[in-house]
Amino acid sequence: MKQNAQTPTGLDVYKIRQDFPIFSRKLKNGKPVAYLDSAATSQRPRQVVEAMEKYFFECNANIHRGVYQISEEATAAYESARQKVAKFINAQSSREIIFTRNATEAINLVAYTWGRQNISQGDLIVLTIMEHHSNIVPWQILAKEKGARIEYVDIDEKGYLRLDQYTNLLQQAPKLVSFTHVSNVLGTINPVKQMVKQAKEAGATVLVDAAQSAPHMAVDVQDIGCDFLAISGHKMLGPTGIGCLYGKRELLEQMPPFLGGGDMILKVTLNGASWNELPWKYEAGTPAIAEAIGLGAAIDYLNRIGMENIHAHEKMITEYALEALSEIDNLTIYGPPLSDRSGVISVTIPGVHPHDLATIVDRDGIALRAGHHCCMPLMDRLDIAATARISFYMYTIPEEIDRFVESLKKAKEIFEK
Amino acid sequence: MSDDLYREYILDHYKNPRNFGRLEHATISHEEGNPLCGDVVGIDILLDKDNNVADVKFHGRGCAISQASASILTEKIKGMNIEQVKAITKDDLLEELGIEVSATRLKCALLSLKVLKAGIYGISTWPDEEEE
Repeated sequence: MKQNAQTPTGLDVYKIRQDFPIFSRKLKNGKPVAYLDSAATSQRPRQVVEAMEKYFFECNANIHRGVYQISEEATAAYESARQKVAKFINAQSSREIIFTRNATEAINLVAYTWGRQNISQGDLIVLTIMEHHSNIVPWQILAKEKGARIEYVDIDEKGYLRLDQYTNLLQQAPKLVSFTHVSNVLGTINPVKQMVKQAKEAGATVLVDAAQSAPHMAVDVQDIGCDFLAISGHKMLGPTGIGCLYGKRELLEQMPPFLGGGDMILKVTLNGASWNELPWKYEAGTPAIAEAIGLGAAIDYLNRIGMENIHAHEKMITEYALEALSEIDNLTIYGPPLSDRSGVISVTIPGVHPHDLATIVDRDGIALRAGHHCCMPLMDRLDIAATARISFYMYTIPEEIDRFVESLKKAKEIFEK
Repeated sequence: MSDDLYREYILDHYKNPRNFGRLEHATISHEEGNPLCGDVVGIDILLDKDNNVADVKFHGRGCAISQASASILTEKIKGMNIEQVKAITKDDLLEELGIEVSATRLKCALLSLKVLKAGIYGISTWPDEEEE
């Protein structure tokens, strides 16, 4: 067992963990969970749940149309959450923030509105091989409907995007370019700003999937320069059922609505309807009010800790884990070196299927993810069926990495004896 | 190192699978994957004139549970009449494996039986499959 790494990052991780009741829980084996699956969903601090509880218990009402006090309070809380998101990603206006169910729905919203309006037969859509299914399948559906084609930017041996190939594809004047900021399998942090700049120069509309980046590092949409950006609430301490689409105002104004229904209209007659102004044009029906408020509280929490501190802590943990894993024989680590890697490490061991590994470490109370991580094209590219993936957050401690490494050794012994 | 799930019996079948390979003139041949973890199991069966399993082979790749289960299942059905094979239940196979599997890993443990039944019935679900 290694000695505990100190956190030179100004972040008191042990104090932070006290905000997360789940870490005090004992599992069936009497141990606390070593939660190494934050890329799938983060844990939630007390403050987020309390903010949601406050809405339920103190001002539970539908929003926007009630003229009574608690409805006005609920509306204010919901809209204040939108402003927090806008500020968090430095959008020009909170009108550019649309609440969705998750990042997947945010991408689908663009595919079904902007995509249907702007993509035609023969048009090119550029994606990358490292995309999550949520940034592939909506475009495949659109491409099939419109007769458009899709090209995928490949990765190199280190897990970086092949930017030479990207540059070449841009010369074919794609209508849309959509890629992830951070790979949920390789941990690669893509050079988004440069990639967006190139795509814009080529005349493309650009979507950035920030589901894996916004929770872990400062994301500034004006600096990045993208047209759309998708965010997932539950990966950044918020509840499930809430995500956001950022869209440049002029684009959101031009696009047709997504779902039709209440709240997204200005006026409805038997012959038709006119649309509400932004952002409500894209929010049909009663939204996830408590969840939006919870996301707002999550953003408050992240701001209080500081995104720079979070990023630095995760980098320290990732370095610690990479070093510990490098001492294990016969282990393949995927993805780029530390300098360009987020807190995600995928590994495989010959002879030990990732699912068997996950089951064995589960008995030691370690929660990790084994499988294709919703990236089947990337698995095919790497010529593997699955990986075992550990992923970190601001609350991950070196002891959890130690527990994982010990358990991993045990799994190797079982299969290699 | 002992482990109640990955005990010797399972690991032995995983590392030294019985009846591994393909049959050229199979009467029944079927393959399916488990999208959860990418396990794949395919089973080829050669029936004789009395509908007995004259030979059986399996192929595939995946976790220890899915591959050992396939190996054990092929051993069990060799020589059986097709009607007996049809009568094999999930519980029969789990008992044969002698392990307790969690709900998510149940799909791995039962993939081979699913492939077997789907191959025999020519459908992707078999009559006694219930909701989980």
